[in-house]
Amino acid sequence: MSGFFTSRLFVISLVVIIVAATLPLYVSGYVLGLLTVAYYFGVFAMAWDLLFGFAGEVNFGPTFLIGVGAYTAGIVNNQYGWSVYVCIILGALASVVAGFVLALPALRVRGPYFGLTTLVAVLMLQNFVVVFADLTGGEIGLTIPDVITISANANYWIALGFMTVSGAILYGLSQSPLGLVLQASGQDPVQAGALGFNIVKHKLFAFIVSAFFSGLSGALLVFYFGTASVGTVVDVAVGVNVIVAAVLGGRRTVLGAALGAIFLIVAGEFLRPTGELATFIVSFVALLVVLFFPGGFLGAALSRGARA
Amino acid sequence: MLPQPKSMRALQILIDGFAVSALYALGATGFTLIFGVSGVLNLSHGAIMVLAAVAAWAAASVLHTGTYAGALIGIAAALVAAFATYFAVVQPIQRSRRIPNEEKEIFVLTGTLLWGIMIQELIAYFFTNNAKTVLPIVEGVVDIVGVRTPRNEIFTAIVCCFVIALLWVLVNRTRTGKAVLAASMNPRGVTLLGLELNNIYIVVWAIYGVLAGIAGVLLGMFLGVSSYSVGPLTASAFSIVVLGGLGSVSGSLIAAFVVGYLETLTAYLISPAYRTIPALLLLVFVMYIRPQGLLGRR
Repeated sequence: MSGFFTSRLFVISLVVIIVAATLPLYVSGYVLGLLTVAYYFGVFAMAWDLLFGFAGEVNFGPTFLIGVGAYTAGIVNNQYGWSVYVCIILGALASVVAGFVLALPALRVRGPYFGLTTLVAVLMLQNFVVVFADLTGGEIGLTIPDVITISANANYWIALGFMTVSGAILYGLSQSPLGLVLQASGQDPVQAGALGFNIVKHKLFAFIVSAFFSGLSGALLVFYFGTASVGTVVDVAVGVNVIVAAVLGGRRTVLGAALGAIFLIVAGEFLRPTGELATFIVSFVALLVVLFFPGGFLGAALSRGARA
Repeated sequence: MLPQPKSMRALQILIDGFAVSALYALGATGFTLIFGVSGVLNLSHGAIMVLAAVAAWAAASVLHTGTYAGALIGIAAALVAAFATYFAVVQPIQRSRRIPNEEKEIFVLTGTLLWGIMIQELIAYFFTNNAKTVLPIVEGVVDIVGVRTPRNEIFTAIVCCFVIALLWVLVNRTRTGKAVLAASMNPRGVTLLGLELNNIYIVVWAIYGVLAGIAGVLLGMFLGVSSYSVGPLTASAFSIVVLGGLGSVSGSLIAAFVVGYLETLTAYLISPAYRTIPALLLLVFVMYIRPQGLLGRR
C-alpha cells in the first residue's frame, strides 16, 4: 500500500516539477519572482516539518536558523566581498552551528518550554541585529553587493531546483529508518528510548539537518533579494508564516509543507486587492483548515486516496 | 530628562519599575491560570489585551462615553473575546476526534495564534496601526519625595495589586475558586466529586477575560497600545509565565516583578534600546538550570 503511494506521489511530483520548470516560457517575470520566493519559503517549511512532524519538537523560532544563515552570508559578502557561493556555504554552516548551540539547552526541555526557548532565540537575534547596526544594517536592513544572477528565469530555476533537491533529501530522510526512529521518539520518547535508540542524538541530528536547510535557503534568499532585513528573515511573524505553511500543507508529510508555503505566498498576492484584510483572510482560512482538516491539504488528499 | 541625584533616580526606578511590574503581573496571571487549569497556552493573549485597550479608547474618544464607561466597555470586549477564543477555537480543537491527543497542544497553540492574528488585523483595519492612548481615569502629577509621578501610574499600580488580591480571595476563599484550584491539581478528581469540568473551564475563561481586559485598559492608559504591541505582549506574558513556572500563579507574580524591574533598570541605567535583553538572558539561564521555572512543579 505504502509503495503504491510513494510511486504515485513520485509520478505526481515529477509532473508538477516538469510543469513548474517550463513556467518561465509562458508567465510574466512578476509571477516568477513571486514563485521564486515561495520556493525558498517552501524549504523553510519543509525543514520545520522535519523537526516538528517527525521529531515532535515545536520550534517556534525557525527564523533563528534562517536569520543566522541569511545574515552570516550577507555580512561576509558585505564586509569581505567573498564569492557568493562561499558566502552561501558559510551561511549554511553558521546556521548549523547556531542550531547545535540552540539544540543543546533546548532539547533538555520539552513541549512549551522547548517552544519558548526557540522563541527567545529569535527575540535575541532580533535584538542583536538592531544593537549591532554597524555590522548588520540594523532596522533598515543590510545591503548585499553581489547577487547570484540578475536573470529572473535563472533565479527561478535555481529556486525550483533547490526546493526539489531539498524536498527529495528531506522526504527521503523522513521515510528512512532514521525518520521512523525520529517519529517514534517524537510520539513516545520513553518507549523509543527503551527500544535502545539514542533519542537525544537523533533529535540533535534532526535539528542540525533542519538548521542546514533553513540556513542554506535563507542565504540563497538574501542573495535573491539583494538585502537582508529583520522583517524578511528574522521577525517572529515570518516564523509564524513558516509554521502556518507547514500545518496548512499537512504536518508529517514534508512535501505538504512546500505546498502550504506556495499556497500562502500566492494567496497573499491574490488577496492584495483586499488591502489590509489580506492577512486576516489568510489567517482565517488557515484557522478553518486547522479546525476542520487537521491533516492539512496533503493529509486530506492522502486519506481520501486511502479510503478510495 | 534633567540630571538627577543618584538617590532620586533610584527612587524613580523603584516607582516606575513597580508600576510596570504590577501591570505585567496582572497580564500574566490570567494566562497562567488558564494553563494551570486546562493546559491551554493562549497565544491570542496579546491580541485580547490590545482589543480591550482599543475598545476603551474608541468608546471614550470616538463615542464620548466617558472614561469609566470606556474602561468597562474595554473589559467587556476582552470578556467577549475570551469566550469567543474558548468556544470557537480551543473547545473545537479539544473535542475534535480527528486530532490525535498528543498533538492537541500544538493545535491549540497554532489555532490561538491564528485567532490572535485575526483580531490584530481587524483592529488594524478598523482603527489603523497608529498608537492609541486611552484617556486616563485619573489625571495630573504628584510629587513623591521629589520624584514627579503621574497619578495614573500610581492608579495603575493600585488597581493591579487590588485585582490580584481579589483574585487570590476568589481562588482561595470561595467555593467556585476552590473548585478551580482543585481542577488545576487533579481534573479527574474534580469530576469524581460531581463538579462539571466544563463549567469550571467557563469560569476560568471568564476570569481570564476580565483580567486581560483590565490589564489591557490599564496598559492603554499607562503606555498606549497599537496593533503592533500584540506580539510583544504575548511573548512577554509567555516568558513571565515560563520564568515563574507554568501554571504557578505566585511564580508568575514573582517573575513579573523580576522582569519588570530588570527592564526598568536596564532602560534607565544602560539604554532603552537594550530594555528586553537582560530579561531574555535571564530566561535562557533559568531554563537551562531550572527548566520548570522558579516555582513550577514538574
